[in-house]
Amino acid sequence: MLLIHCPYCEEDRSELEFRWAGEAHIARPENIAAISDEEFAEYFFLRNNEKGLTYERWRHIHGCGRFFNAARDTVSDRFLTTYKAGLPKQVLPETGASEKTVETYEATEGDAR
Amino acid sequence: MSASSNSGAYRIKGAGRLTPARTARFTFDGKSYTALEGDTVASALLAHGVHLLGRSFKYHRPRGILSAGPEEPNALIDVSRDAARRQPNVRATVQEVFDGAKIASQNRWPSLKFDVGAINNLFSPFFAAGFYYKTFMWPREAWVKVYEPFIRRAAGLGVAPTEEDPDHYASRYAHCDVLIAGAGVAGLTAALSAAATGQSVFLVDEQPQVGGALHYDAATTIDGQNGYDWAQRTAAKLRAMPNVTVLTRTTVFGYYNHGFLGLVERVTDHVAKPGKDLPRERLWQVRAKRVVLATGSIERHMVFANNDRPGIMLASAARTFLNHHGVAVGRQVGVYTAHDSAYEAAFDLKRAGVSIAAIVDNRPDPSEALLAEARALGISVLSGHAVTDTGGRLRTSSMTVARNGGGDARKIAVDALIVSAGWTPSVHLFSQSRGKLRFDEANQRFLPDIYAQDCVSIGACNGTDDLAELIGEAIAAGGGSVALSGENRFEWTGGMIGAAEGAGPDTTVKAFVDFQHDVTAKDIRLAVREGMHSIEHIKRFTTNGMASDQGKLSNMHGLAIAAEMLDRPIPKVGLTTFRAPYTPVTYGTLVGHSRGELFDPARKTPMHALETAEGAEFEDVGNWKRAWYYPKRGEDMLAAVNRECRTVREVAGVFNGSTLGKIEVVGPDAAEFLNLLYTNAWGNLKPGKSRYGIMTREDGFVYDDGVVGRLAEDRFHVTTTTGGAPRVLHHMEDYLQTEFPHLRVWLTSTTEQWAVIAVQGPKAREIIEPFVEGVDLSNEAFPHMSVAECSVMGAPARLFRVSFTGELGYEINVPADYGPAVWKAIWERAEPMGACLYGTETMHVLRAEKGYIIVGQDTDGTVTPDDAGLAWAVSSKKPDFVGIRGLKRPDLVREGRKQLVGLLTKDPNVVLEEGGQIVVDPNQPKPMTMLGHVTSAYWSENCGRSIALALVAGGRARMGETLYVPLADRTIEVEVTDMVFFDKQGGRIHG
Ligand SMILES: [Zn+2]
Repeated sequence: MLLIHCPYCEEDRSELEFRWAGEAHIARPENIAAISDEEFAEYFFLRNNEKGLTYERWRHIHGCGRFFNAARDTVSDRFLTTYKAGLPKQVLPETGASEKTVETYEATEGDAR
Repeated sequence: MSASSNSGAYRIKGAGRLTPARTARFTFDGKSYTALEGDTVASALLAHGVHLLGRSFKYHRPRGILSAGPEEPNALIDVSRDAARRQPNVRATVQEVFDGAKIASQNRWPSLKFDVGAINNLFSPFFAAGFYYKTFMWPREAWVKVYEPFIRRAAGLGVAPTEEDPDHYASRYAHCDVLIAGAGVAGLTAALSAAATGQSVFLVDEQPQVGGALHYDAATTIDGQNGYDWAQRTAAKLRAMPNVTVLTRTTVFGYYNHGFLGLVERVTDHVAKPGKDLPRERLWQVRAKRVVLATGSIERHMVFANNDRPGIMLASAARTFLNHHGVAVGRQVGVYTAHDSAYEAAFDLKRAGVSIAAIVDNRPDPSEALLAEARALGISVLSGHAVTDTGGRLRTSSMTVARNGGGDARKIAVDALIVSAGWTPSVHLFSQSRGKLRFDEANQRFLPDIYAQDCVSIGACNGTDDLAELIGEAIAAGGGSVALSGENRFEWTGGMIGAAEGAGPDTTVKAFVDFQHDVTAKDIRLAVREGMHSIEHIKRFTTNGMASDQGKLSNMHGLAIAAEMLDRPIPKVGLTTFRAPYTPVTYGTLVGHSRGELFDPARKTPMHALETAEGAEFEDVGNWKRAWYYPKRGEDMLAAVNRECRTVREVAGVFNGSTLGKIEVVGPDAAEFLNLLYTNAWGNLKPGKSRYGIMTREDGFVYDDGVVGRLAEDRFHVTTTTGGAPRVLHHMEDYLQTEFPHLRVWLTSTTEQWAVIAVQGPKAREIIEPFVEGVDLSNEAFPHMSVAECSVMGAPARLFRVSFTGELGYEINVPADYGPAVWKAIWERAEPMGACLYGTETMHVLRAEKGYIIVGQDTDGTVTPDDAGLAWAVSSKKPDFVGIRGLKRPDLVREGRKQLVGLLTKDPNVVLEEGGQIVVDPNQPKPMTMLGHVTSAYWSENCGRSIALALVAGGRARMGETLYVPLADRTIEVEVTDMVFFDKQGGRIHG
């Protein structure tokens, strides 16, 4: 069970109060009616699904109800930061996220695979 | 008879910490025994010389007690208080005896001593690793009828109780600065240190008393006191501190993300007559800022031929039974070891008057200190020797001893054999926390290496063997400072993993690695020979470590045997990941209060009781209980629905629409917001009017629909489908907060604030007229799709002129608390006029007669408004709305898409099946080309025939075409029609 810091409530709350809401920083095109099929596919269908540092949206649905952004390491599940919707993508130092990344499920199960 | 002899012939006077005067009676397989308070079932039975406790999983071999703790793989029992309070697969080494306990052995028939299943042992070549996978493959049917029942009967654990569990289970949440798992020397010391700093501390231990290894290790002193006594005093001191919570009989079973831990506290399992107010178990969900793991280590057994007979057990277990419970595990005890710890067990037993047959040590040169003590006690030590076999049927009676590398074997009579292959650090919780292990080559063990969470391992689970070092580590982990010293008698060395002498690759003996799943060293080698090279594959092929004990004793042995066969270093073969729970947790604990009516609570409308009184049958729609139909005496569902359908169109019907999702959209930009969220245009909708709206997602598919009423320039009453309300609000909030934050709009869920009473049919106006104030209900003043704020029976109300039946209709919204009164008054007036109450089934039929769709039934997330025949609801004038671009995607505008149409069966009496597939030619070869499927199908009493809606490829161009719905036993011929089956001109709705 994750512990998530809501940047609006300014409190660490249990994952039970939140709902994940997909990748962050994908803005709806202003001229959406005019974009090409490829641009639409890029906007609506394609996601990075990155291993490691990921920017994602959460909603404090059973709290203040606000959507916000988070930077999370999907391997360790560690939250690096959370910030309000509308703020630009927070630049994070390269270290930290991946260096201490622990891949128990794979690494300790042996190279024999 | 004295109390001590009464509690067992193997009880040793003066030994142990239990009080002889405090006894408890229990039965084992019907026979009555006396135990002492503080006994486990295992220690109590051993006190009476009972070693045979069960039959093994696969071969039904007689099995006894292997350990004295939660790692026990063998001694699983069934514990009951009464018929309903019965729990199978309980570890006899953990279950405390209580007065009146009824204990039964498992997995044997007809009796423990004579078990028919033991014949499996003779056929054991057929039960080798992978046997299930290879033998029980074909034919498929045989799995269900023959193989599975056979396997379940032959190989199994206990039998699940059949009665409902009358106990209750509690649940608590807690937060702390530091949680310490394990209250041995390390955990207690860390707790003292942490508590001194003022941090809030949880100290948790699975045993009834703190002390950990001090239960058996009677020689260690802490602060100059007997170690166990120091532990109890320390716990008392900690309990008295306001910032410390000490939980015993509590297992930390799971270590999850971000310092979240699952604990189970066994509250009454040891109590003879628990108070009714007490929960049986309590689930703790603790969020700890920091975790200290002081989980100790687990002794391993030796892997040699016939190492599983009752009477063969871990040396530390024998020492626990002696030093804690005052019980000798035999009178003539053999010792087989690769580690120093077994010597101390032998010394303690000898001093207590038990004869030690010999210490067989596979190491050539045990330490001089141990040998000197053995000599002093008159114990013979056979170093460089091995136990190559054991004798005895239901209890071990001998050990066969030979010099390593061969030589004369001799048989030595024993009635118990205690073993030690060394100690495995308990890294389970560390591993669960996603920490990474490293292999300690020198000591052949895995130890914590890289931490994934704010956590530290101390003591034996961290590989710290030296007591002074351990205390230092614990003080540092607590973050405070404590002055403490400890002393133990012997420094332990040694240990081995893998098969011992005489059980190597060149042998065919049964040397058990995993007792609970009956996996031998030979099975693991076979798995490697069969091509399994990863420990994960070996594990699954042999089932080693897959029993409920999760291989606490077997994993390291299995790994070593596999590594030897593969000729690869152990870290390269890998270790399987430990997962929660550390030990089995009851469903009751996990479920807690969420059972019965609280398991998935029902949502009931304000009129639920009135509907029930009118005899309604209910259906579940999401969590809602909705009135389905109202059968009168003698009516079945079809008769009731037919009557309701007829009555609504001939007279009128009253329907509870309260579950309809409702969202209040308010603000100066509310109309602009709805313009963006719906396909329709809202700017031209005047206050006092309502409109049917369609919502698409960005991809252009229908997401939800509903009537939206405009109450004022800046206020809309939005309705959604019953199931769609939460996700529609979420969807609206998402756009409002993140894409259109400049709009001044506020959204409020009002689903449960309004009770909705729909009155539909030719007499609808006449029925509601006397109750409504403030609205002229005439057709001219209040036509179809009007909305007004008014009062109904004096209650503030929102009245919609709206219809989901195609009849003259109204929907009265009153605050939920007024719902029952208004409903009652309307029904009292409507009933004498010949109207009826109707439920969701009739609502479905009536709307289908009019071709009104239900989102989620007639659409499935791949249907556009145009596919559903609702292109008129998509504005072509708006510059933007959610879905505007998606609707232009090539696949959404291509010819031949599936379109919603009507279907009429050629035989009017045949009702289609929803989900039935539609084809052009029913005689084409399989797999057939399918055009679409039936989405709605009913008997329409008003049309006097069956009707259906269907999604059909190119459907609107197929009007009049004959198609077919092939079913398993027949093929139904249908004709494609438009979607309106009743009142095609649509005059009735305007009353
Ligand atoms: Zn919040």
